[in-house]
Amino acid sequence: MSAVIDILREAETVLPDDVTKALKKAASEESSPVAGEQLAAILKNIEVASGKKVPMCQDTGILIFFVEIGRDLELDFRLEDAIIEGVKKATQSIPLRPNAVDPINRNNSGNNTGNGIPDIKYEFVEGNSLKITVAPKGAGSENMSAIKMFNPTEKDSIRNFVLETVLNAGGKPCPPVIVGVGIGGSFDKAARLAKSALLKKTDDMDDEEKNLLKEINDLGIGPMGLGGNTTALAVHIKKAHCHTASLPVAVNIQCWANRHSSVVLGGDA
Amino acid sequence: MEYRLNTPLKKENVINLKAGDIVYLSGRIFTARDEAHARILEMAKENKELPFELEGSVIYHCGPLMKEKENGWDVIAAGPTTSTRMSKMTPELLKIHAVRAFVGKGGMDNVADSMNEKAVYLAFTGGCAALAAISIEKVNAVHWIDLGMPEAVWELEVENFGPLVVGIDSHGSDLFTDVRNKAMETYSKIE
Repeated sequence: MSAVIDILREAETVLPDDVTKALKKAASEESSPVAGEQLAAILKNIEVASGKKVPMCQDTGILIFFVEIGRDLELDFRLEDAIIEGVKKATQSIPLRPNAVDPINRNNSGNNTGNGIPDIKYEFVEGNSLKITVAPKGAGSENMSAIKMFNPTEKDSIRNFVLETVLNAGGKPCPPVIVGVGIGGSFDKAARLAKSALLKKTDDMDDEEKNLLKEINDLGIGPMGLGGNTTALAVHIKKAHCHTASLPVAVNIQCWANRHSSVVLGGDA
Repeated sequence: MEYRLNTPLKKENVINLKAGDIVYLSGRIFTARDEAHARILEMAKENKELPFELEGSVIYHCGPLMKEKENGWDVIAAGPTTSTRMSKMTPELLKIHAVRAFVGKGGMDNVADSMNEKAVYLAFTGGCAALAAISIEKVNAVHWIDLGMPEAVWELEVENFGPLVVGIDSHGSDLFTDVRNKAMETYSKIE
């Protein structure tokens, strides 16, 4: 449980190095003064947050956990309970904004837990260790995400769908954004692929992803939608086989604060 | 142009501002987002008096992260939220109350007419919550805490809060719409 609190604190207060590096590079390449000012504010904010050990954004997100369980691992405690308890304690101690509400009556649970929240995704991997990653997800960018079931012959429209999603989002998701794209799988799997794509290193992109990134940045939406060269820092695509009659595509938009942190427990190392 | 303004704002303070100008605010500001906007409008319908004064006020689209202490609250993080969620309620709000400025992120839809000659929209860099917290000197009061921490109305005392970019001025100019139109034009040219 204390490991859960530690990674939550790290994720909320310190941006991963690769993201900060990408933001610095963008700041050095931005020609519009208004855009430059936005990026300067972001970089200053990152410094203040990590220096004072406070959350970088007041939207401390809905908490999403990715858990990789070694096939040979034996656990002597209830993992889910430990994560939920960790979230409750971290909400008090970091602190985090209580964001979890009932979807209809909007009653706030006050501790970031509730029906199905935190969202915990489990995956079995080789080995005997346990890896827990937390990725707090803010609503501003999540609300701008989209999913579409294409016809199998419409693969050329995927690029348009991604561009249109970024275009419709404009300044609302706090650009520069990171764009996670899930192609294939099923209705829900495409979305999960898109979300997990956001965990990739910012500059880890192939030619397809780099081309799409260039087209997005050519739109000129810029930091915070005020115009400029940097609308996105990265595009990450993940694919899975899908039904012969389907082509699901999900686009998950992530604000510049691509927060995540991991811990590996147990194992041979 | 760069301006340093004190709240409450006068009409002439905001009429001078042009889209693209930079503003730093000092004085009292109020946070209000979805639920608070809905309640302000509801109370006007019922002819009830608000527990705070909106004449010349600045409304900050923000759901802050606060920590309760013995005799009050500490601001931990207080960046802007997505303003467009409040777009539909804003023209009606401006008919009832003389709010002079809204601070938020991402711009607003179809509000320029209702702001004509009386109010402006100021953009603060989204996500910069730790930075914003530095310029908040203290929490004067909290209203409607029953709405929950993010949705309550927090009365904040700020000092040189900014830089804020005038996103929508009181003369119909809207930076966000200009950028969006250009982006759409670029997109339409992609084959």
